[in-house]
Amino acid sequence: MNLTLKVWRQKDRNSPGRFVTCEAKNVLEDMSFLEMLDVVNEELIERGEEPFAFDSDCREGICGMCSLVINGVPHGGHRGTATCQLHMRHFKDGETITIEPWRARAFPPLRDLMVDRGAFDRIIQAGGFVSVNTGGTPDGNAIPVSKEAADASMDAAACIGCGACVAACKNASAMLFVAAKVSHLNLLPQGQAEKDRRALAMVKQMDAEGFGACTVTGSCEAVCPKEINLSFIAKLNRDYGVAILKGK
Amino acid sequence: MPLDSKIPSGPLAQKWDKHRFDLKLINPANKRKYEVLVVGSGLAGASAAATLAELGYQVKCFCFQDSPRRAHSIAAQGGINAAKNYQNDGDSVYRLFYDTIKGGDFRAREANVYRLAQVSVNIIDQCVAQGVPFAREYGGLLSNRSFGGAQVSRTFYARGQTGQQLLLGAYQALARQIGLGTVKMFPRTEMLDLVVVNGHAKGIVVRDLVSGQVSSYAGDAVVLATGGYGNVFFLSTNAKGCNVTATWRAYKKGAFFANPCYTQIHPTCIPVSGEHQSKLTLMSESLRNDGRVWVPKRKEDCDKAPGSIPEDARDYYLERKYPSFGNLAPRDISSRAAKEVCDEGRGVGPGKLGVYLDFSDAIKRLGKDKIVERYGNLFDMYEKITGENAYEVPMRIYPAVHYTMGGTWVDYNLMTTVPGLFVLGEANFSDHGANRLGASALMQGLADGYFVLPYTIGNYFATAKQAKPSATSAEFKQAEEATRTLTNRLLSLKGKRTPLSFHRELGKVLWEKCGMARNEAGLKEALKRIPQIREEFWTNLTVTGQAEGINQSLEYAGRVADFMEFAELLCLDALHRNESCGGHFRTEFQEADGEAKRDDQNFAYAAAWEYQGPDKAPVLHKESLVYEDVHMSTRSYK
Repeated sequence: MNLTLKVWRQKDRNSPGRFVTCEAKNVLEDMSFLEMLDVVNEELIERGEEPFAFDSDCREGICGMCSLVINGVPHGGHRGTATCQLHMRHFKDGETITIEPWRARAFPPLRDLMVDRGAFDRIIQAGGFVSVNTGGTPDGNAIPVSKEAADASMDAAACIGCGACVAACKNASAMLFVAAKVSHLNLLPQGQAEKDRRALAMVKQMDAEGFGACTVTGSCEAVCPKEINLSFIAKLNRDYGVAILKGK
Repeated sequence: MPLDSKIPSGPLAQKWDKHRFDLKLINPANKRKYEVLVVGSGLAGASAAATLAELGYQVKCFCFQDSPRRAHSIAAQGGINAAKNYQNDGDSVYRLFYDTIKGGDFRAREANVYRLAQVSVNIIDQCVAQGVPFAREYGGLLSNRSFGGAQVSRTFYARGQTGQQLLLGAYQALARQIGLGTVKMFPRTEMLDLVVVNGHAKGIVVRDLVSGQVSSYAGDAVVLATGGYGNVFFLSTNAKGCNVTATWRAYKKGAFFANPCYTQIHPTCIPVSGEHQSKLTLMSESLRNDGRVWVPKRKEDCDKAPGSIPEDARDYYLERKYPSFGNLAPRDISSRAAKEVCDEGRGVGPGKLGVYLDFSDAIKRLGKDKIVERYGNLFDMYEKITGENAYEVPMRIYPAVHYTMGGTWVDYNLMTTVPGLFVLGEANFSDHGANRLGASALMQGLADGYFVLPYTIGNYFATAKQAKPSATSAEFKQAEEATRTLTNRLLSLKGKRTPLSFHRELGKVLWEKCGMARNEAGLKEALKRIPQIREEFWTNLTVTGQAEGINQSLEYAGRVADFMEFAELLCLDALHRNESCGGHFRTEFQEADGEAKRDDQNFAYAAAWEYQGPDKAPVLHKESLVYEDVHMSTRSYK
């Protein structure tokens, strides 16, 4: 199939960006979306033009490095699918595809389709961990964890930190990301000691990074490649509220 | 220079304990005076950086991705082994040790492997305490499953995302230290050279991938945890960014490179769909617990729908050839068996390079719900890529390059032949011999980072007593200048071909001549072809853009340039090893039944190669592998 691409071009953070149009010819349906871009980039390089810069690494939907807003939807809008797992069989011959970077004040643009998601790392640094040093930990079976708790924790821990939730949100809120990490640890016995502190510190950092407020529209859940459930936001609100009530 | 592996004396089971006592310590107040540069933030790098910082060292950690959480350890699916014997099925430290040595086809260092099995139990405790949500039984205890090459259930897992969860555990430990200010993190920063001062590793040259600036950092020791070199084959299950640059540049500064020919081809990957393919996707080996591998008995049936082929016309070749391990035969054996049936013309799917992995019996036995629970995410992944529903039609799989057992040579302390340079995880050569068992890579990465390096690095500081040089000294300026020259050379070629086209061409030569099966004629041909491709690379390459700012084309070109050189060493090593063992299969050396024929008389050694300069043949050093405890038997999984 042949496609027309409208792609965001931006030299760096301080230069204005714009859409450029280019053709993607002889696209096969077995190609992944990023492989289609690879082919376009190869042609650009051969013509002496600079390729479109975009982030990707594992290309199997787990590292969270790829992004792209495709036709207005982060990761292209297929349930539980990251851009790198999106295949061209979902597009039609002759279609025009718009490709943009994540747009959020807390994710400053770097070049073309790449943005800086360092804010997510700083939120984790604020409290997204269990404070244990290496060594001296009890036997793995010393503290039983109910299967339900382990499964629910794993549901939250599946977050890949890609930032699609922020890109989809009209307020560029990072609540789903923060809720996933807080819930992952707060649901386990090992995370209890720092439960209150964690919720407060991570929300505080989230606000400091410039992410917007959550109005629970659910657009984040809809685009999440790992289908992280909106109910974790309710859990975060509860954990945060309890911590405040405790006067922490 | 004779290689000193520094294996401690005494009985195998007591070597590590004795060694830990013999290692010199740095007192807590003095630790902060030492600075360690950790390159790579996967399981090995993140766990090492976090643990060193907890101990009180100053740490700088570098990764080329935008966050340390993206390192490719994250893609490991199946699980992590540990000799906990929670299932009461006869496991022990010794059994895990023995399985690993045997799985590695008796080409690993005995003392290292024993230590690995010993600390495996601590890893699970550590990860649980960090909040890794391992799978649990209803009683609340940890769940286990079995994996290739073992007859006990010792694999701990978190759905099909064990690597992700373990990496997030290590990443969180690292993030905690970054927050505390004890680790300074440098994401989007690529190491491009090692700086050696007075014979000791004292720094690195890096390129900031956002600004394009080349600069250097000095430290008291350098730790490389930069992963494997599987992408030299172009198509592999590695992430796009995985490369050999850090360990290759270290090799050129004096760190011997060992056993590059030990490459692991994973049997269960999704087959290639076309020339555009950018990477291959692994389906976890854990699928082989419940899936049955087969191809039609007759070539004529290969184009028929799999469901229409009756039971008696199917060849469940792994169960037939290896009745006691069946579908769980080790990776190298399963991969080669798949190649054999496809070479016979009995492959399935487009291009006939595929075999079936069939779950219909398991679905009948356990019900679809159980299969969804165990492997749901893998079935979803398969459907996304192929557009097929594997609950209804069997998966098609084919082997692909997955892991590299070879790597920088290290001694028992994980130190290379350059004092002060340590190499951890997949990047070193030490623990898996000629073949790695499933669920052992995560174990080794975390063992090295959490429980080995933090002890051994202190001994280096206490005994070497080398002052940290300034990053403005002549050695640093020189290394920076060399890096800038290389970058400018890549940018000034202005030829006609892209880095990717060269990478693909190189990869094809390697896959054909130095892949699943190798022979002398093919390897010699590859050794002729590689320098030709390299020559064209350095005359006809085009790299767009400038040295300043983000330039992905430039980053890639630098990595391909190193693969071009490394590929030759890989083939040279494969050519010199006149035997078949583990992942290295030479067609000239096989038993009558097609099994690998090892030559313990002449090749029971680790081959460590020493760089001699551009266009000069490297010098081979041999570390004899002495087995004090185990008997080197013929590996049989029949």
